[in-house]
Amino acid sequence: MENIAGKKPALSWAKNIAMAAMVLIWVIPTFGLLVSSFRDRDQISATGWWQAMLPVELTARARTGTEATPDGPLFRVEGNIFDDEEARSYFSGTPGDISAFGTRGAEPTTYLAGTTGDLGDGETLTVNADGSYVWITPEKPGSRGQRVYFAAESPPKLTLDNYRTVLSGDNMGRAFLNTLIVAVPATFIPILVAAFAAYSLAWMEFPIRGLLIAGIVGLLVVPIQLALVPVLNLHNDIGVGQSFVGIWLAHTGFGMPLAVYLLRNYMAGLPRDIIECARVDGATDFQIFTKIILPLSLPALASFAIFQFLWTWNDLLVAKVFLPSADEAKVMTVKIADDLLGSRGGDWGILAAAAFVSIAVPLGVFFSLQRFLVRGLLAGSVK
Amino acid sequence: MNPIIQGLATIILGVGGCVGYFYASNLLLDKVLYPAKGPNIASNIRRANIIRPWLFIFPALLVLTVYLAYPVVGSAYRSLFNRSGDEYIALGNYLALFESPEFRRSFLNNALWALFVPVVSVTAGLIAAQLSDTLKWGNIAKSLIFMPMAISFVGASLIWKFVYAVDSDIGLINAVLAGLFGAGPIDVIQIPFWNNFFLMFILVWIQTGFAMVILSAALRGIPEETIEAAILDGANPFQIFFRIKMPQIFSTIVVVWTTITVGSLKIFDIVYAMTGGNFGTEILPSYMMSFMFRDDGRATSVALVIMIIVLPVMISNIRQAQKELR
Repeated sequence: MENIAGKKPALSWAKNIAMAAMVLIWVIPTFGLLVSSFRDRDQISATGWWQAMLPVELTARARTGTEATPDGPLFRVEGNIFDDEEARSYFSGTPGDISAFGTRGAEPTTYLAGTTGDLGDGETLTVNADGSYVWITPEKPGSRGQRVYFAAESPPKLTLDNYRTVLSGDNMGRAFLNTLIVAVPATFIPILVAAFAAYSLAWMEFPIRGLLIAGIVGLLVVPIQLALVPVLNLHNDIGVGQSFVGIWLAHTGFGMPLAVYLLRNYMAGLPRDIIECARVDGATDFQIFTKIILPLSLPALASFAIFQFLWTWNDLLVAKVFLPSADEAKVMTVKIADDLLGSRGGDWGILAAAAFVSIAVPLGVFFSLQRFLVRGLLAGSVK
Repeated sequence: MNPIIQGLATIILGVGGCVGYFYASNLLLDKVLYPAKGPNIASNIRRANIIRPWLFIFPALLVLTVYLAYPVVGSAYRSLFNRSGDEYIALGNYLALFESPEFRRSFLNNALWALFVPVVSVTAGLIAAQLSDTLKWGNIAKSLIFMPMAISFVGASLIWKFVYAVDSDIGLINAVLAGLFGAGPIDVIQIPFWNNFFLMFILVWIQTGFAMVILSAALRGIPEETIEAAILDGANPFQIFFRIKMPQIFSTIVVVWTTITVGSLKIFDIVYAMTGGNFGTEILPSYMMSFMFRDDGRATSVALVIMIIVLPVMISNIRQAQKELR
């Protein structure tokens, strides 16, 4: 195929561009979320994440000082607006230049910086770009200075504050732990159970073996929805109820058909000679399984482990049904879908950080073990 | 710290229990029940070998029966009873379903999902597979397109919620609309009917990588000679793709297609996280969840409808498996 493409440079160009466009569509949303999660709360609502590296114009408010010097019949107050604590609180770093100012909250940018604003009754206010101001008033200022609103550029700021908020408050740390507590046993137990079953279906002779294999293939597509009500009722009847034990058992059951199917396919492809030799040497099936089959099947076991881990870590439905709805028992997906998306719909920084906390582990697993994941997919779908 | 210890203990207990079961049951069989020694050594070994497969397969069969086989029957049975489960109402739940406009809408929406998602995912996956195989940076491109596979549906929904946001300082779509066309902000999640496609695209975004990986392997498995012969005969790249490659990977396309179709019938998370089923985006799984914990009779009847839709796939899979075993 390459030689054909090489003959037509135009086609090769088109291919590169098409591929790049597709990759961009696939990557940009995630990248945007990553950038957003590091941005300051005020900056997120002021400009898009694609402008994260540019300064942001923020409006702030402050008061002038009150130490007036008489200036003929008038009083003159001078100072720098950034000496006011309230003004500084709007800016995380050194604030940039002031572009405009005003004295009413509804119109914070009435006058351009450097010009003099007429406040009426002979009162004037001048604010320069660097923050220095001159306020001239006919009356001696009292204990409070003049209210000033102004717009100034704030330098781009990346912080870990969102992550700190997410992990410290609101039980998100606990949810992370819960997810781990659900996912790890729900990955290991089915592998072990399925490996034994797969071996017996691949290498042991017994009646109705073919029927069982066909049945397991059939169960591959049974919708989980079907199991929710009867299994939850069963759990309640036998005293398991909504608990971690319940969700492990449920995940074990729901992951079992794929596990047995994948592992059986793999084990059936192992060379017959090895197993026959071991049998002749007097090894029992248990020994053959633990000493020969299990080590040889490691790639398939790893593939399924990755699937099951991703599936249990990312699951929302099973967790919603089989875990208690109390806050301490929530996993991250439930936490995000129910709590954050509902009540904090507007706090984008927190949402982004929470999403990244929840997808960091699967992404790590994905990029480090992608090889096994691909192999598992192929074993399951292509003969 | 307590929950960590608790978690670790249960992991050890659970995994240890499984290992213990297999080890102890085999030990019991080999040493106590039918030891491979003494006067009846031959018959003992034979009997042990008859029983052993069942020891191996028993735990798997147990969970499969309890968690998947029994629920099919259990749900079918439960769906014949009323809300509290004490009164037999025959097909009452189903009749109520078919009369409900929300059910009809969910059903139609779900049909739309089952058509749109596989078509777009498989097409995009095929294009990505074909393009990436001929480019130098193809592997990186593949890895990036495959990445959403690792992201939860909830996480993916959140990622796209940012893209779809009405605020043009958050949402990329509205930023582009405002920047290029000066158009006012639109909430794509609330446009009647078309909002469904914006939700479906999230699933397409996730599933395309899956389709691409499998189809790319299938494309590479095509014998070189067939392509070389076509080149010698003067076929152009498009003819090679549609006339030579496509027919050879057709069976793989069918497998990928059905997998994605079945997947899109069961998806619940995206609709739940994006709209909660509002604005006419309800699909069967989310419609079912609106009855969960409230009306088990209705919930199970919706689940059974999903099962019936999936049934043809199930039957053809079983047939296929039986053919291969023979």
